Amino acid sequence: MSVSFDEKVAWAYLVVAVLGYAVYLILLGVNGPGAYVPLLIGTVVGSIVANILARIGISISNPREADKRDQRDREIKVFGERVGQAFVVIGALAALVLALFETPWFWIANAVYLAFVLSAVVGSIATLVAYRKGLPAW
Amino acid sequence: MVKPTRVTNSIRALRFGAGEMTQAELADRVGVTRQTIIAIEQGRYSPSLETAFQLARVFGVPLDDVFQYPEE
Repeated sequence: MSVSFDEKVAWAYLVVAVLGYAVYLILLGVNGPGAYVPLLIGTVVGSIVANILARIGISISNPREADKRDQRDREIKVFGERVGQAFVVIGALAALVLALFETPWFWIANAVYLAFVLSAVVGSIATLVAYRKGLPAW
Repeated sequence: MVKPTRVTNSIRALRFGAGEMTQAELADRVGVTRQTIIAIEQGRYSPSLETAFQLARVFGVPLDDVFQYPEE
């Protein structure tokens, strides 16, 4: 199986998103909801750093193909981002509704964070399916 | 949701006819990744018209010899 640079990056993005959120939920369970602010910031920053490190690692493992992308990679990237962005909108709507009902900040922050995670997970799954099965024909 | 394209192609046969040209070599000559050549050969990706013409140019044949579209 031959995997292009962007497809490997999409895999890393998916794994980091799932692991990052899992770590957050576990730490939240251990420390209780009162500790959510540093945990949320910590896992978001940790995920960004992990993605950068993964990208560097993928580049080093195959320097010849690093950052090499063509029309297919770009089309798949646009498709994956569009699918993922639907969840960012859902997250914003959820935050709006929660804010209107003056729900505690904990729930607003967590609703937005969950939407970001779902956006990353669903967007990268759509990207990976497009790489393996092809883009949908309109 | 994902519909396979109805376009078929003869790239594999054309590559073998052109001195067993590798996918990597063809990819370099039309400026795409090797993975994209693989995806086009397997019918998982329809390239742009630009790339389609470039593929035909590499083999020195008309576009119809590279890509085919079935009758209704």
